Amino acid sequence: MSTIADRLIEDEGLRRGVSRLTPEKIEKVFKELIAGECGARLKTYVESCVRCGMCAKACHYYMSHKDPSYTPVAKVSQTMWRLLAAGGRVEPQVIYECAQVAYTECNLCRRCIHYCPLGIDTGYIISVVRRLCHKLGVTPQYIQDTAHSHSAVLNQMWVKDDEWPDTLQWQEEEAREEFPGLRIPLDVEGADFMYSVIAPEPKFRTQLIYQAAAIFNAAGLNWTMPATPGWDNSNMAMFTGDSEIMSRVERAHYETAQRLRVKRIVMGECGHAFRAVYDVANRWLGWKWHPVPVVHSVEFFWELIQQGRIKITHKYADPVTIHDPCNIIRGRGLMDKLREVTHFLCENVVEMSPNREHNYCCCAGGGVINCGPPFKNVRIVGNSIKAEQLRATGVHTLVAPCHNCHGGLEDIISKFGLGMHTKFLGDLIYELMEKPEAE
Amino acid sequence: MSFAQSWDFTPGARVVVDDLGKCSREYEWLEEPYVSPDGETVARVAALPDAEFSMAVGGEVWEETFDKIWYPRFSPDGRLTALVQSAGEWTMAVDGQAWETQFGYIWGTLFSESGDVIAAPIQADGQYGLAVDGQPWETLYENANQVLLSRDGKATAAVIQAKSLAQADIETFQQGIFSVAVNGEAWDAVFVNCWNPAFDATASRVAATVRRTLYDYTIAVDGKAWDGAYACAWGPVFNPATGQVAAPVRKAGAWGMAIDDRMAWEPRFAQLWQQAYTPDGGKLAAIAAVKFGEFTVVVDGAPWGVTFPVVTDLTVSPVGGRIAALGNAHNTDFAVLCDGKVWPGRYDMAWPPVWSPDGAHLAVAVERGGRFTVVCDGKAYPQSFDKCFAPAFSPDGTKVLIRAVADNKLHRIVAPVAAFTG
Ligand code: SF4
Ligand code: SF4
Repeated sequence: MSTIADRLIEDEGLRRGVSRLTPEKIEKVFKELIAGECGARLKTYVESCVRCGMCAKACHYYMSHKDPSYTPVAKVSQTMWRLLAAGGRVEPQVIYECAQVAYTECNLCRRCIHYCPLGIDTGYIISVVRRLCHKLGVTPQYIQDTAHSHSAVLNQMWVKDDEWPDTLQWQEEEAREEFPGLRIPLDVEGADFMYSVIAPEPKFRTQLIYQAAAIFNAAGLNWTMPATPGWDNSNMAMFTGDSEIMSRVERAHYETAQRLRVKRIVMGECGHAFRAVYDVANRWLGWKWHPVPVVHSVEFFWELIQQGRIKITHKYADPVTIHDPCNIIRGRGLMDKLREVTHFLCENVVEMSPNREHNYCCCAGGGVINCGPPFKNVRIVGNSIKAEQLRATGVHTLVAPCHNCHGGLEDIISKFGLGMHTKFLGDLIYELMEKPEAE
Repeated sequence: MSFAQSWDFTPGARVVVDDLGKCSREYEWLEEPYVSPDGETVARVAALPDAEFSMAVGGEVWEETFDKIWYPRFSPDGRLTALVQSAGEWTMAVDGQAWETQFGYIWGTLFSESGDVIAAPIQADGQYGLAVDGQPWETLYENANQVLLSRDGKATAAVIQAKSLAQADIETFQQGIFSVAVNGEAWDAVFVNCWNPAFDATASRVAATVRRTLYDYTIAVDGKAWDGAYACAWGPVFNPATGQVAAPVRKAGAWGMAIDDRMAWEPRFAQLWQQAYTPDGGKLAAIAAVKFGEFTVVVDGAPWGVTFPVVTDLTVSPVGGRIAALGNAHNTDFAVLCDGKVWPGRYDMAWPPVWSPDGAHLAVAVERGGRFTVVCDGKAYPQSFDKCFAPAFSPDGTKVLIRAVADNKLHRIVAPVAAFTG
């Protein structure tokens, strides 16, 4: 069995971070964290784990490497248990190792909860390790940069206040060529819903905004997108452990919806953003539930289909398979709705196995893909089990309603030569929907 | 003198626009109606044939047309502004006249309280700042956001990026690259972050929340940071009478109110934000969660006795030290909170509360079952509409102006407070 020390990867953020640490400083910050922020939950998990190893087969990293040091329990023993045993007084190098495990070898996918007889949430324990690493200033460079961006411009990709509405207007103009009179209604008070997306959409994947506008336009919906910051629903600060910035971003998101007097927020096809908005940051801000109802695209498309508002000319003929994104399946239970939407759109759906709440993670989520190039290989070779699972379906089209999943799965597809391509539900609906005749 | 003194406050109802779809030119479509503050006219973006755009005001289209137009907003003094693009360049049009200076982009129009000054954040050649009545700041920056215009219109401010940042350069970021610029001039100090700048009553001082390291939040006033370090902090406000600065700060996992770097309200709240002083500086109110999930209004540290899952839109009266807010249950069942009491009605949505100038009355536009009306002092106007815009009071506070749309017509109703009987 290897240990994390055998596979350390150089990262500027981690290296510079630990260079500023001393065992005394680590001990102080660790003790403050445990006393101030970690209650019965951490204690119960740590004390109740019977070291049975039942969680091993839950984790795609372990299933891919078959090395026990990648099991959920080993991740905890190499981080939190080690820190607790030392009362937090460890050498800075230990923090480097903890950070590499926490940020790059766990997707916080929560699959292991389903395999642990005691229901231990390893993802939670690893989040606490990340919180510690954040407080110690030991975070991978690339994901830290996204947290900086969140703090400065309230979105993940340094999109400035003018670039956002300008991009929407440009997409609107393009879309009008195809759909005369189409609008992306900006900052319309009292619309039925506010549509929010993640920052990579205006930056790299503008066609997704175009497609959403085309679908909402065809369905005759009363919607709006904010013209101000608060439009980005993604939240990498949640994954670096910077709860304060996470919450600042979410406050802006919800206050924007409240200002626009919409009935609810509809979110694009992103899983981690849903987790931040629906589950994590809202609670840090003191709301028990979400102050404005939040609907993920999968659920929203399902509703539109139920209401007969999505009209397609034909079904997608090639067989497709479905990837279940952790944060909306284990996190929200959208597995049936995802299937109903996919079956509505596609002739032939081949299920992968295991699926639904037991689906393997894409290995990009939890901020892992955002740790950037130094760790790219970790998440690809760490998920050969996913490649096997995909290959076994024998299909070429993979439906994945999540941005991170797309990124992670595309890398796996290319590395393992699977000959597949990924699609968002929005891609399929746009492709299949009734469109005005070209003149 | 407020602009409202020139409005017609003769009690009665008038249809001021009998067809909201009226337009003096052929059009492809008309966008959402914006109603003038006095309720006498309506403006809509008009998409004209051949991808031309303009504003239709009371059905009359501005002479000038543009390639793009957005963000129509009436200034408090009744002038209509819109952001317009011609030949790839953007500027502001005021009552159909475009500013002479053009920019790469313009957004987020700001007005002084009386509406005499119009400003907006702008981008020119990739540099950022504000333009006031068409005049951009002398110095522009790599970025400028969180912009504000003082109530008297004499000063503008923004958070600015004072130094360049290479891609993924986390080290330079953490050394501090942000500051606040007032009328284009940046503070000497830089911080890791600056947020929510606020002016004092005379627009001579500016306070902002700052982060000195990733973990050390505090308040800076005119560039000088408080000594105290807090785990988190929200935006500050000035006491209009004393010039003291109040900000919600987080300590040991709970929120309290710091005034001039001293804990004025002990940190015992699960959340604390949107604080506001009454104009005489006598009271400080804020929205707070007294417990996880239980929000209310706190006045001078004392919470009201009623809680809601969500509380928003804290509003203080111009005189009289009165306080109102909205409560709701996850965006449904909206209620109006006024001086610690809850009005009886529950609504699907409510809009920000509006005080009469004398602080004696409070009016709120509300929606239930897709129908809108205005509620004054807890009682509804006995007629409902397809849409109501923000109500306004007559200068003497005895009458309410209701601006509403029904049957595709714009209605203008002046109702004495006593006419609200529902
Ligand atoms: S990646 Fe998922 S299964 Fe593996 S330890 Fe983390 S939360 Fe558990
Ligand atoms: S399955 Fe649960 S109890 Fe067993 S080792 Fe894993 S975390 Fe511990």
